[in-house]
Amino acid sequence: MERDVLLRVEGLKKYFPVVQGKLLGRQIQQLRAVDDVSFEVYKGETLGLVGESGCGKSTTGRSILQLYRPTGGKVFYDGTDLMKAPKSDLRRLRQKMQMIFQDPYASLNPRMTVSETVGDPIRIHKLLPRQKIEDRVKELLEMVGLNPAFANRYPHEFSGGQRQRIGIARALALQPDLIICDEPISALDVSIQAQVVNLLEDLQEKLGLTYLFIAHDLSMVRHISTRVAVMYLGVIVELADRTDLYENPLHPYTRALLSAVPIPDPKVEKKRERIILTGDVPSPIQPPSGCRFRTRCPLAADVCAAERPAFREVASGHSVACHFAA
Amino acid sequence: MAQLTTKEQASKIASLEMKAQSRNLMADAWYRLMRNKASMVGLVIIAIFAVVAIFAKQIAPFSPIEIHGGKGFLPPVFIEEGPNGLNPDPQFLLGTDTLGRDVLSRVIYGARVSMVVGFFPTAIILVVGILMGLTAGYVGGRVDNFLMRITDVVYAFPDLLFFIIIMISLRDTAVGKMLNGLFLLFGALSLVNWVAVARIVRGQVLSIKEKEYIEAARCLGASDLHIMFRYILPNCLGPVIIQTAFTIPAMIITEAILGYLGLGLRPSTNPKDIFITSWGSLLLDGQSAINAQRWVLLAPAICVALVVLAFTFLGDGLRDALDPRLQGTE
Repeated sequence: MERDVLLRVEGLKKYFPVVQGKLLGRQIQQLRAVDDVSFEVYKGETLGLVGESGCGKSTTGRSILQLYRPTGGKVFYDGTDLMKAPKSDLRRLRQKMQMIFQDPYASLNPRMTVSETVGDPIRIHKLLPRQKIEDRVKELLEMVGLNPAFANRYPHEFSGGQRQRIGIARALALQPDLIICDEPISALDVSIQAQVVNLLEDLQEKLGLTYLFIAHDLSMVRHISTRVAVMYLGVIVELADRTDLYENPLHPYTRALLSAVPIPDPKVEKKRERIILTGDVPSPIQPPSGCRFRTRCPLAADVCAAERPAFREVASGHSVACHFAA
Repeated sequence: MAQLTTKEQASKIASLEMKAQSRNLMADAWYRLMRNKASMVGLVIIAIFAVVAIFAKQIAPFSPIEIHGGKGFLPPVFIEEGPNGLNPDPQFLLGTDTLGRDVLSRVIYGARVSMVVGFFPTAIILVVGILMGLTAGYVGGRVDNFLMRITDVVYAFPDLLFFIIIMISLRDTAVGKMLNGLFLLFGALSLVNWVAVARIVRGQVLSIKEKEYIEAARCLGASDLHIMFRYILPNCLGPVIIQTAFTIPAMIITEAILGYLGLGLRPSTNPKDIFITSWGSLLLDGQSAINAQRWVLLAPAICVALVVLAFTFLGDGLRDALDPRLQGTE
């Protein structure tokens, strides 16, 4: 069955300049936050994007939305190349792609009431006449499980979970198709995390949303995702269906990552074999040659230093970037 | 009593929560300011002076330019005999000056200039400073560098010297004569003092524009102008308000200094003029009369001190109210 591709990312690159000297600012090096990343997101699915801190997950999300101008590559949304789209088109397309941010304390303007925050996107794009915005805001607040009577309050009067719901309502105000969730739950209490994830799932079902779900919590990603991509140091090392990836990880990094997930069953947990990686993540300013993971990989051989492994499909829907994966 | 279902409980709690008072940040700051006694005293003093300035005509017992022949240098009523041996006249509460003009009336009219000098250039300073700082901070790069170098140049120039040069060189031109010289004074004060506001705003913008909610706004498709004025500006107003509260007394003092040097407002003899004299020029008159009638000097001096002190107290209170973390710091 051929599925509709909503978002296609081809060879996305984002390098940040490392500048020295205050006045004249000489660029001395580049930080390769995202280096040649390609993947597709199908309509209606949830693609989980996991990896440890600093591996470029968030940068990937932001580059897709053109919040950072990517250094290279292509981003197609529903067939339109976002990197070539003129500013006015991009503004229009933003209605279809929204983002939910990690920190609910930093992502809301403290000087705007909830109704101003949620209604602002509608005002920006002039989607509704002024009188109707208020009703729409109330509707959105109800949709995310907030009391519409709180519309005139300021963000500091809410808890983290409530604030995150406000952020979700703001993203929904434009009726987007794709929502990039940038670690939407990692700043919340565990008890609240489940509520927000359930809300996201309900909304997906009700509104037919597509999610790119960025996270580092592997069990949460397993719960919510249709497919999962694993990132390491700016590249995707493995991409597969959820069950496939968790049951049959092919890349040594994925294996190490999954072995670190505790299992809530003492008997099984006792038998769990942990693969402990040695060393630290290398600096993205001077990444290792060839395979980026080779400095910490138990399988590393000469070929890994010489050649960058291709990101190839080894089984249907299961791609991996490793010389030794079969 | 029937068991409440969870949903009913939730709605009950929600309705209770609703009754709790909701306050925004500004209302919160205002509440904290109200509890600061020194600030409130300052605010009252400022209000009194403002009312006196506006209704000077109704309040002043005499016209400030009316010369009472042969009644020069009378001491104020609370002094039995002045240094020059004269006895006070109950008509003139604060006595009279060299020409026999009522000191109290002149001081009351002088309040007008000080109040206007406090507020009008400050308004210009705010507009220019905010626009410059916002543009420099938000656009960044070369624009920032260019605007901030201009700011540095203006900042480095000695203020008072600049005022004196401007006032002396342009005093006799058409611009210099507008509003009895007040127009030129406003211009000179504004030209120099916007830099402080611009720097503060720029610093605020630099930190605020990295916040996630700015990124969220950009993600919503907000234009740069929308982000600047709806998202960034409201969030950097706190320090600007504090700076304003300290700029106003600085303006009043500067006017007094220039007036004392004879470079401020030209004293007017036309009773129809709104601005007839200023505290600065009264100080100048007073210091030459110090041996005969010291209240010609003391009255305006006390007024300047009171108003400046009042604004400073208010500014202190505002700083504490708007940013409680700064409490007790300089």
